[in-house]
Amino acid sequence: MNGVLNWLESLGAMTRHGITRVGFSTRFFFGILRASGTTFARPRLLAKEVYNAGVLSLIIVLMSGLFIGMVLALQGYETLVRFGSTEAMGVLVSLTLVRELGPVVAGLLFASRAGSAMTAEIGLMKTTEQLAAMDVMAIDPLARVVAPRFWAGVISLPLLAALFSTMGVYGGYIVAVRLIGVDGGAFWGQMQAAVDWRFDVLNGVIKSVVFAFAVSLIAVFEGYDATPTAEGVSAATTRTVVTSALAILALDLVLTVFMFRGGVN
Amino acid sequence: MQKKSIDLWVGIFVTMGLAALFFLALKVGNLLNFKEQKNGYELMANFENIGNLKPRAPVKSAGVVVGRVESIKLDPKTYEAVVRIHLENSFQFSRDTIASIYTSGLLGEQFVGLDAGGDTEMLKDEDFIKKANSAIQIEKLISQFMFSKAQDAPAAPTPTPTPTPTSKLAAPGVKP
Repeated sequence: MNGVLNWLESLGAMTRHGITRVGFSTRFFFGILRASGTTFARPRLLAKEVYNAGVLSLIIVLMSGLFIGMVLALQGYETLVRFGSTEAMGVLVSLTLVRELGPVVAGLLFASRAGSAMTAEIGLMKTTEQLAAMDVMAIDPLARVVAPRFWAGVISLPLLAALFSTMGVYGGYIVAVRLIGVDGGAFWGQMQAAVDWRFDVLNGVIKSVVFAFAVSLIAVFEGYDATPTAEGVSAATTRTVVTSALAILALDLVLTVFMFRGGVN
Repeated sequence: MQKKSIDLWVGIFVTMGLAALFFLALKVGNLLNFKEQKNGYELMANFENIGNLKPRAPVKSAGVVVGRVESIKLDPKTYEAVVRIHLENSFQFSRDTIASIYTSGLLGEQFVGLDAGGDTEMLKDEDFIKKANSAIQIEKLISQFMFSKAQDAPAAPTPTPTPTPTSKLAAPGVKP
């Protein structure tokens, strides 16, 4: 009897805690928006965070893009060669990358490379009471620490996703045209005939912008909300990666349903 | 010194990212062609059957892409498909042009083919193409072929394939 009651009590507490966190993160998001004016008034601060989040993620994103493009071309060849339409490899590689893999994989890589670093940094600042010290000195930690990191993420991820797709298309080109020997003119020509800049490219960019907002908010929020202990920071970092990955994939499903509607126009 | 090098790297990163976006829009998505298509005119054609034709499929004349399929609707009165096609201004077609739906390759995508006629008057914006040939359906072709074979075959001891009673293509006169 007591066990059931305890269990019910802890279930209720967990639900309340979860809903409170949702409410706090919403308030936190508007707090960031309010503090953003200072961020854009100090572009140096923003540039430093873009360097940390974007530039330092360049290598992993570019290399992954190249490899994924190559794998797509190799796998696509296996299937397309049965129908004698290997020229469609350009279409296959570019549509897969621009619509789906570019935004999604770049978002996942960004969450684990830069998002986790943001969480750990802010969490550690909180643990060592740097945020509280700023508050004492009448410096808003939201404006000085959180908002620049948030906006750096929002700026960096769409650019990284575009770079990822570009590298992927070139990786596919290297495998298809240089290694397998598909006609280069057909590769580019069919790609250009099939890919629409608004329907495919712009929708991909919109996806990456949405993911950028989600991942950046999750990363800075988990850092800011972390339990101020070594254990708490480590748990917050893990939560950032897990929640970001789930958020990206769930948002991707929703956005794909709205944008492409299963091919029905 | 430190700040300068950060600025430099951020600059390189942002420039590369924007260049990648332009690459995707121009080279992969072919934004330039899209702009050209904006100023053009539209024609309509009624097809009995459009097969697998999709919006944004190419419209070709002599194999050259001259436009795109804008939309496909069903006429609720005649039960025919009304296909709206967008053509570039530089391509003018005579009034007796024939529109047909072809398939590129055996399994490729379908497109609208325009065969120009000899009329001196040209089709204008919002005009209907009078002659339109439907898409060829492989199933119909195969069943037609089967039944014509069954008709040609002399009365053999083996039973001829029985035509299904619902099929319209069951040639008259063939009795199982």
